[in-house]
Amino acid sequence: MTGSEIKLETQNFDLYYGNFQALDDISLQIPANQVTAIIGPSGCGKSTFLRAFNRMNDLIPGVHTDGEISMEGENIFNMDVVALRRRVGMVFQRPNPFPKSIYDNVTYGPRVNGLRDRDKLDEIAERSLRGAALWDEVKDDLGKSGLALSGGQQQRLCIARALAVEPDVILMDEPASALDPIATLRIEELIRELKEDYTIVIVTHNMQQAGRVSDYTAFFYTDESRTGILVEFDNTKKIFTNPSDQRTEDYITGRFG
Amino acid sequence: MKLTYLVDRSIKYILLVCALLSVFILFLIAVFTLREGLEAFQTIGVGQMLSGTVWRPGQDQYGILAMILGSVLVTIGAIAIGVPFALGCAIFLAEVAPDNVRAIVRPAVELLAGIPSVVYGLVGMVVLVPMVRQIPVPGNSGYGLLSASIVLAVMILPTITNIAEDAIRAVPQSYREGAFALGSTHWQTITGVILPAARSGIIAGIILGVGRALGETMAMIMVIGNSVVLPKPLNDNPITIFLRQARTLTGNIAVEIGYATGVHESALFATGVILFMLIMLVNIAARMLMKERHA
Amino acid sequence: MNEESEETMVNTTQDVAWQQTQSEAEAHLAKRRLTEKIAFGVLWAAGAVAVLVLIAVVGYVLLEGAQVIDWAFLTTRPKGGLSGEGGMSTTIVATIYLVGLTILIAAPLGVGAGIYLVEYAGEMQGTSGWQAHLISVIRFGVETLAGVPSIIFGLFGYALFVTTMKFGFSMIAAALSGACLVLPVIIRTTEEALLTVPRPYREGSLALGATQWQTNWRVVLPAAMPGIITGVVLSVGRIVSETAVFYVTLGGSYYMPPSPILHFRDFLTSGGRTMALHLYYLANDTAAFDKAMGTGAVLVVSIILINLAINYLSHRLNQSMRGEA
Repeated sequence: MTGSEIKLETQNFDLYYGNFQALDDISLQIPANQVTAIIGPSGCGKSTFLRAFNRMNDLIPGVHTDGEISMEGENIFNMDVVALRRRVGMVFQRPNPFPKSIYDNVTYGPRVNGLRDRDKLDEIAERSLRGAALWDEVKDDLGKSGLALSGGQQQRLCIARALAVEPDVILMDEPASALDPIATLRIEELIRELKEDYTIVIVTHNMQQAGRVSDYTAFFYTDESRTGILVEFDNTKKIFTNPSDQRTEDYITGRFG
Repeated sequence: MKLTYLVDRSIKYILLVCALLSVFILFLIAVFTLREGLEAFQTIGVGQMLSGTVWRPGQDQYGILAMILGSVLVTIGAIAIGVPFALGCAIFLAEVAPDNVRAIVRPAVELLAGIPSVVYGLVGMVVLVPMVRQIPVPGNSGYGLLSASIVLAVMILPTITNIAEDAIRAVPQSYREGAFALGSTHWQTITGVILPAARSGIIAGIILGVGRALGETMAMIMVIGNSVVLPKPLNDNPITIFLRQARTLTGNIAVEIGYATGVHESALFATGVILFMLIMLVNIAARMLMKERHA
Repeated sequence: MNEESEETMVNTTQDVAWQQTQSEAEAHLAKRRLTEKIAFGVLWAAGAVAVLVLIAVVGYVLLEGAQVIDWAFLTTRPKGGLSGEGGMSTTIVATIYLVGLTILIAAPLGVGAGIYLVEYAGEMQGTSGWQAHLISVIRFGVETLAGVPSIIFGLFGYALFVTTMKFGFSMIAAALSGACLVLPVIIRTTEEALLTVPRPYREGSLALGATQWQTNWRVVLPAAMPGIITGVVLSVGRIVSETAVFYVTLGGSYYMPPSPILHFRDFLTSGGRTMALHLYYLANDTAAFDKAMGTGAVLVVSIILINLAINYLSHRLNQSMRGEA
């Protein structure tokens, strides 16, 4: 991880749903201002792992964890979860705009964080929508319901909504899986632009996508036990051209998964 | 073989008749109450009945404005007290209560719905009315709109709580996650995203609560005082109107139907027709809101 | 805060419209957490008050009632009078009779209607013929009937059964009116119960050459039985606690109703007084609040038992569904 600072770090991280162990002993370091992709066969716990970074799994009853996750050296389990999520934004698999206007969607985050100034909110709305490459398409229609947009637009609205709280990190859980190819390409383009300002962690089941957008790649794997493990974490180029683990190579070359 | 087929067909039609029965009963209810009320509508006049402030069957005066006002005021009172309480319970059950607490509160709310209205009326008479009587306003007997509103608030609580809880639970988990991921507290998620998304269901629950409140009879007779005089405030403070005795449309029917004859009896059926139409309007509005939610 | 975030902070002040400082964010979060605590406190209070109101109402009635309830109170008949002399024996009997008669009328009709709506009307879904219209009319009828207030059922029963058909204040008039009241309850619960029966059950039976009715009778109905019984028990509760309908159709006679087995005709045309009605008469027309409380206590205990039965049944229903899944 030459030349990059570490944004997020997990050490010997385990996660359980009740008695079932979903993640076993995951240790890796997410570099700042880079795109890190998490790939692996379905059911390997990659989404669960992603949701650990903003403690989204806290919402699921019966989940408990071992080990540590730290952000800039601070243990996230000691932080107020609301403060953590304010700094670690998330974009979900299916676009989930609130049933509110585009404007209200984008400014929701700043408003719950206490911003009331209308001029500033307007400015943030424009800036975030520009950041998510949606401004030109919706600028005359900010009062329109977010649900009236197309799927790709909805997902970009969700990205704009995440940008508006100015997080350090953006987690993306298969953000393009529900979109058509053209909308997917736009999202990928956007991800590459966003890494200038943000640290991005993206879960994807699409290896070409991981190859196109990411700088680093983590390969997760699971066997019949359904417990996810980290097989390999490295430079994306290295993972895709010269993986050091046989299982990674088998997966990359499409021999299973 | 032929016989089994015949049996099969005829049973199908017998069952169809069962199913049609509800429609038939509804039709009969409409026909009978209307037919019996017709005499009153003709001899007294609909406008006269609705706007008349004097109900004095002995002198052929059949104005039901006082009862309409009684029903409306007691419903407003019950909604004012009951809705915040019921919504609090619904949000508590759907979002806040841990499973073991929910396992106590949920059945308690269900049992509240099952308690007979005469029992509420009795407890209202024996416990609540003496308490309300303590409010030092001249002319306050304890019986009246306030006592009735409180009793009614408890009675409509389960209706509103159940429907509102369902509506809150039906809000997609993705909205919740989206709000949490943006750094909302749980309370901000509830007020900012969940309640607005559940709005139409919650309103439908409140409207059904209004329907129940308008239709309640026995408990109202027992605590409201049953005065046929147009309710007015007891002093300059308009809120003291709630300490005034009153009578509901339902109470008017139940109290007098046993001995009424002629136009008087017909006027009670006419009261029923008006009540019926009022409640149908309310229920249809609620149902339209529920459908909109599903669409 | 370490170097890294300070650096972003400097960046953001230049090109970002809004950035809270760490201390601003913390202060605001503390405020939000406080608001949340207060709000959740209020919500807990609402839940607690609901339970307390129940305990207060039920507890009060049971405690007060216990003071007059003894064997004699349960087994002697009311003797009328301004102080409400006597016990409540006949009202217990009348309640049981009326519940039995009402269910006898309403259950077959309601279950039949439920079966038709689920098992036969399904075929018509998606078609646009007159039958499809018929189904939507039926559904409208059931839903509307469920919203009709009980005093209207009373008025209707009074007009049709008591006066027009000349039954007078009687068991049969009251039971017919009561049946109209609980019909939608039974139809709905039957529908819900039938909808939980898995499709392969029906297909298995039909594939063996059974007719639709044989399939319903031997396979679908037994599987749905706990749910249907739940609906019937629910209706029993409604009848036990209903007062307005019976106030205007059953009269208030506190004499022992004739035996339905020995004198069926007399039984049908006799008036009566249910427990709920008795409570009302005692509270409203006499000064016997103690006896009213005693009657209320018996009434509340009955309702609690009925609720327990419903919970037990739906619990068993859930279990058997899970066992089969």
